[in-house]
Amino acid sequence: MAEVSVRNVRLSYGKIQALKDVSLEVEEGSLFGIIGPDGAGKTSLFRIMTTLIVPDSGSAQVCGYDTVKDMMEIRRLVGYMPGHFSLYQDLTVEENLSLFASVFNTTVQENYSLVEDIYRQIEPFRKRRAGKLSGGMKQKLALCCAMIHRPRVLFLDEPTTGVDPVSRKEFWQMLSRLRAQGMTIIVSTPYMDEASLCDTVSLMKDGRFFKTDSPGAITEKFGKHLFEIKAGVSTVKALDGLAAIDGVQACYPFGDRLHIVSSSLSLAELSERAASAGYDISTLAECTPTVEDCFMDFDNNDYE
Amino acid sequence: MRQLKAFVKKEFLHVFRDTRTMLILFGMPVAQIILFGFAISTEVRNIDLAVVVPQSSEVTRRLTEKFDASEYFTVRKILRSTDGIERYFRDGSISMAVAFTPGFADEMLSPEGAGIQLITDGSNTNTARTAAGYATAVIKDALSEGTAAEAAGIQTDVRMLFNPQMRSSYNFVPGVMGLIIILICAMMTSIAIVREKETGTMEVLLVSPMRPQIIILSKMMPYMALSIVNYLTILLLSVTLLDIPLSGNFWSLTLLSLIYIVVSLALGLMISTRTRTQLAAMLGSGMVLMIPVVFLSGLLFPVESMPGFFRVLSGAVPARWYIEGVKKLMIEGLPAGMVAKEFAILSGMAVFLLAVSIKNFKLRLQ
Amino acid sequence: MAIHAESLTKRFGNFTAVDNISFSVEKGEIFGFLGANGAGKTTAMRMLCGLSRPTSGKAVVAGIDIVKDPERIKKRIGYMSQRFSLYDDLTVSENMTLFAGIYGMREKDIAAKRTAVLTRLGLYDERDMLVGSLPLGWKQKLAFSVSIFHEPAVVFLDEPTGGVDPVTRRQFWRQIYEASERGITVFVTTHYMDEAEYCHRVSIMVDGHIAAMDTPSELKASLGAGTMDDVFYMLARNAERIG
Repeated sequence: MAEVSVRNVRLSYGKIQALKDVSLEVEEGSLFGIIGPDGAGKTSLFRIMTTLIVPDSGSAQVCGYDTVKDMMEIRRLVGYMPGHFSLYQDLTVEENLSLFASVFNTTVQENYSLVEDIYRQIEPFRKRRAGKLSGGMKQKLALCCAMIHRPRVLFLDEPTTGVDPVSRKEFWQMLSRLRAQGMTIIVSTPYMDEASLCDTVSLMKDGRFFKTDSPGAITEKFGKHLFEIKAGVSTVKALDGLAAIDGVQACYPFGDRLHIVSSSLSLAELSERAASAGYDISTLAECTPTVEDCFMDFDNNDYE
Repeated sequence: MRQLKAFVKKEFLHVFRDTRTMLILFGMPVAQIILFGFAISTEVRNIDLAVVVPQSSEVTRRLTEKFDASEYFTVRKILRSTDGIERYFRDGSISMAVAFTPGFADEMLSPEGAGIQLITDGSNTNTARTAAGYATAVIKDALSEGTAAEAAGIQTDVRMLFNPQMRSSYNFVPGVMGLIIILICAMMTSIAIVREKETGTMEVLLVSPMRPQIIILSKMMPYMALSIVNYLTILLLSVTLLDIPLSGNFWSLTLLSLIYIVVSLALGLMISTRTRTQLAAMLGSGMVLMIPVVFLSGLLFPVESMPGFFRVLSGAVPARWYIEGVKKLMIEGLPAGMVAKEFAILSGMAVFLLAVSIKNFKLRLQ
Repeated sequence: MAIHAESLTKRFGNFTAVDNISFSVEKGEIFGFLGANGAGKTTAMRMLCGLSRPTSGKAVVAGIDIVKDPERIKKRIGYMSQRFSLYDDLTVSENMTLFAGIYGMREKDIAAKRTAVLTRLGLYDERDMLVGSLPLGWKQKLAFSVSIFHEPAVVFLDEPTGGVDPVTRRQFWRQIYEASERGITVFVTTHYMDEAEYCHRVSIMVDGHIAAMDTPSELKASLGAGTMDDVFYMLARNAERIG
């Protein structure tokens, strides 16, 4: 049985539909990513799974318990890190950790082995108030606090938003280690590049999942040809020009290249058309799509 | 138990680490009491007085001397009649007048009795009120020294212009206590809870096995302790600085205050369940608590002189019952039995409000 | 030269937030200002906007000395951040009029320009809608248009695309390119390393210093890194001020 399952959940705030029929299944011990921009409904979904909100319709189970009926059982078994930083800013690192340990009826000593790896990195600052820590350190402390009671399922709502790339990378390394210890982790993020680090991802927009699969399967099923070309820095003209080529569906910047999407053109056909339109095609090549390419492609098409 | 202990400790840390909160908590009661202390000890001393004596007699002379000898009054003018007396009030040469009736000495011995009129400057109500109180005391005092016949003949029917209440300033102390306790308990508790909603920590607490009763209890305890400290501070200051004797029983007064503290905490809790931001909680406590306490509790306007509707409304204001109870216990020195009504009403309110606010404390975010 | 900073330093007590940084940004250049959390980016940006006085060093922004004349700088620059940019309870056109007025534009200039900008953005029909009711992506695009509405010499963008979906993010960058082609200098911070690639030049701050500054391709070549993400990681991973 799945560790977390959500079935046909709907939720509205007044006229705004935050969640439109969302379902998911998370296997025990897996790292599940919910990828989508702000306003997609990620936080609402997390709040339903963590018993904070009752959905308008549909249901959710965590560790076999119903989020509405068995609220208190679930609250004992899960760890939750909300989207905005939520530690006590005026308490020190140490004080925060031992407070949360007490809240969950345990002690720091009892489960130190679990958090040791992460806590050691912030230990030199244990006497510092949480409010004086910088972004990455706050995230690490918040993660320690969220799992000091050895939860079965860890819910992390946008833990890496606003965190610099180095800290983000470290954070994901920590998550992989936790998963290796058998913890089930559900994490949301607006950063598409983090999708590849999950076992399964759901791409979410406007209150709906439009794709749920392993990152590899998602990119495999892209179903169109994707090309890349190195472009000069002044890309506005190049973008418009390449997008206007017959048979090209989309052209957008991707890192230091431009990505060109076409369902019909082969590399040879595109090369010929681009060359005749006056582009330097020496760097034009077919390339493998990323989750971000898939996200943008789905974005313009119908939902599953 | 471990949860509760850890949580109460955390609440105290929040308070002690925020200098502004500390300043409000401990500075405000002291500042208020000292302000009232000054109002009594300096402003209402050496009141410039005019005595209006249409016909001089032994009694009027003795009363005039008494006024002059009092540390509260300085006789500036002796006038024949009250005609044009406003002029002296306006130019500031006097701030009060004592007027005898023309046949004062004879009337005193007549069955109808004699009259003394006190004219005060109503634009400064507090001073006027206090001055009238002192004047009444001086007159009573002077007459009690006279012959028995005189004392019997005098009806000290003192009418004060603009304010019939004749209250002395130290009646404000119960009001200050009522105000400060509700401010600290209700405002601080509601802000402390709403702050957790605002920063998102409440979300984490809710998704934990912590029972809501424990969250509520641990939020209340620190502010309860702080209120008791404040209550004792106010009491100590008013006894030492303002020379207000604690005439009644200390323990009855403390018990009454404890009940009132619980009422205030429950009110704070109730506000916190209905607001989302600290600002809203502050405005909420301001509107819902401060205004009724100031205007309907008898702190500024005596309940007896309120229009019927407001008098009924004031019955719902906990501070009204507390202030009345404190007056009886502290100032008038009545036994606890005489305050049974206040005790009963406040206890009822405490139980009711606490039950409602615990029931309304949301276990979820909706 | 749109921005020229020389030995710019800011100390708070004995903590040196920005330590002796020097750089120049050309007119019309898109300059990516990267760094780990706590590296000193925000402090440096505040000094360049005239909001904070440097402890030592000097800088000229849009031809104005930031130490001598911090008030005049504010008229020559635009500013947009992810956190605050527009008033949610005002309509699209009210926001535009308000900010244009703040920057001292004349009313009749505002009206004409407002129509032009709204039309270009495709938001003309939404001009009387409250900004709060717009989708996030539109808000962001609108906020950027408002920040360059008064044609500033330099626009400072503080993590302008945080949390925005990939399509909108690219539309946003297209706006940045258009502004740059009109001669507006763009000074931008971001945590998306693919966006660093869209900049003409980037600088990477570590512990208050500028650890590297060059075009993205030169940076990658000199460090033998495949992406800007790798470049950033190589430079910032050993930072003393842990992020």
